Amino acid sequence: MGTILTLEHLTYTYSPDTPFEKVALDDIDLSIEAGEFVGVIGHTGSGKSTLIQHMNGLLQPTKGRVLFRGRDIWEDKKKLRQIRFAVGLVFQYPEYQLFEETVEKDIAFGPTNMGLSPDEIKGRVREAASLVGLPEALLKKSPFELSGGQKRRVAIAGVIAMRPQVLILDEPTAGLDPRGREMILRQIKEYHTKMGNTVLLVSHSMDDVARFASRVLVMNRSRVFAYDTPEAVFCRGGELREIGLSVPQMTMVADALRQRGYPLPEGIYTVEQAAQALLLLFRGGDAPC
Amino acid sequence: MRPLIDIEHVTFSYPQENGQGIEVLHDITLQIPAGEFVAVLGHNGSGKSTIAKHMNAILLPMGGKVYFSGLDTAEEENLLPIRRQIGMVFQNPDNQIVSTIVEEDVAFALENLGIAPEKIRERVDEALRAVDMYHYRLHAPHQLSGGQKQRIAIAGVLAMHPRCIVLDEPTAMLDPKGRQEVMRVLHELHRQYHTTVVLITHFMEEAVQAERVVVMDDGKILLDDTPRAVFVQIDRLKAVGLDVPQVTELAAVLRAAGVNIPAALLTEDECVAALTAALEETDGNHTHA
Repeated sequence: MGTILTLEHLTYTYSPDTPFEKVALDDIDLSIEAGEFVGVIGHTGSGKSTLIQHMNGLLQPTKGRVLFRGRDIWEDKKKLRQIRFAVGLVFQYPEYQLFEETVEKDIAFGPTNMGLSPDEIKGRVREAASLVGLPEALLKKSPFELSGGQKRRVAIAGVIAMRPQVLILDEPTAGLDPRGREMILRQIKEYHTKMGNTVLLVSHSMDDVARFASRVLVMNRSRVFAYDTPEAVFCRGGELREIGLSVPQMTMVADALRQRGYPLPEGIYTVEQAAQALLLLFRGGDAPC
Repeated sequence: MRPLIDIEHVTFSYPQENGQGIEVLHDITLQIPAGEFVAVLGHNGSGKSTIAKHMNAILLPMGGKVYFSGLDTAEEENLLPIRRQIGMVFQNPDNQIVSTIVEEDVAFALENLGIAPEKIRERVDEALRAVDMYHYRLHAPHQLSGGQKQRIAIAGVLAMHPRCIVLDEPTAMLDPKGRQEVMRVLHELHRQYHTTVVLITHFMEEAVQAERVVVMDDGKILLDDTPRAVFVQIDRLKAVGLDVPQVTELAAVLRAAGVNIPAALLTEDECVAALTAALEETDGNHTHA
């Protein structure tokens, strides 16, 4: 599949040469393989949002380069528009950005800007709506008649309809109830499985990241703290806690039991994994090591 | 003694365009004594926010009665006395801040109540200290983090010296650190000033910390008990779109597989302690076998 996005020595400074100058990204090197499902975590102010806004050229690096499939996205400014179709970004609370008269028109906004034929647009709207689980009956409604969770799915469908090669979602479940959270996450996962595209999911929930991501990117103080598999990242529970992040609840329980001498394997972060490992202990009755 | 909040057989419908309302509260009866810390859970649309807005007469019941501190919320002359005693904090901190300087924002309600300036100074400082934001009193709210802004909103309510504070998903838009800050402040108020706290939330780990949990579903009260007694009912909670803490779920899975541990484990510490005890017992059995 190869590398889809590469950041080279990326540095970004907000309000340079003013008293409010702040380095938001500090010499970041990162490459993301095509087809990964990347969970992005880091507390507020760690640089997550600044980072993802570089990936589709909404922000221009102060220093360093952003490469999409090996090409510097700022090399030819006329092509930036193409990058924004290829790397779709869903902002936080995207439902605030709905503006069209009908759900259908709202989802069609991106594909229309791409200059696609009316038939093609129609097909893509249907496809995107179905990928996020919006019933066809809703397409003719005003987006403002929908529930919060439905509105959010309309906004996500609007980006998916551009068939981006990379889909970036900034906290897509913020403010939703547990059922709404679960539904959105499952649909994103399903979209990823079906389309095989690269997905970046920014989240504050370690549990969600642990369940869905194939790679975890941890940002801390404007730098990459870790970019690795969930197992490898959550192994560093102590360090994560030091930088103000938590680890999944099950990882904490497993760590605590391991410290007490019970031989639980590393890489436990879901209830199923914890239950399985614990049942082995209970049934095997291994002595503490 | 009469409860501080007394909700008796309340029904409520939001008016619709066609003149027919949709009933969102069906015959709700709920009593909250002074000094209690109550969490209210329920999925979106279950009626939680509607019931909260009845407590300080933002909404009036269509059937039944609501009394706050013995005052009927439907009597116009009771409005001011009620609203001086009960403060509300909403989900989005940005919608609740009116001034450009933190301390002025906190003073806003007091000025409206016609309190003497020197008294206002005293109460504002006290409220800002209570939420640990005194150092930020001269800052501009837009430069603060979400958790800090939400604490300013809480300080604005506290400055009125309310007997009760009702919070409608105050942490939904915050990161884990901001959530912790807000929860710490709420517990402190409850402990130190015996303020009655009604916390509407989607986060089970917050509900676990309350003295009492009320679960709403479809405009009715489904469960009303201690957190332990509520969260043990995993299937019922899941059926209405709610979650339980992962440690509670782990306990249920292990119990189903025949492991002898208590069902109602709510926190990591409880879970680790129970598992350690059970594992020790298992080891003992195997050694003797």
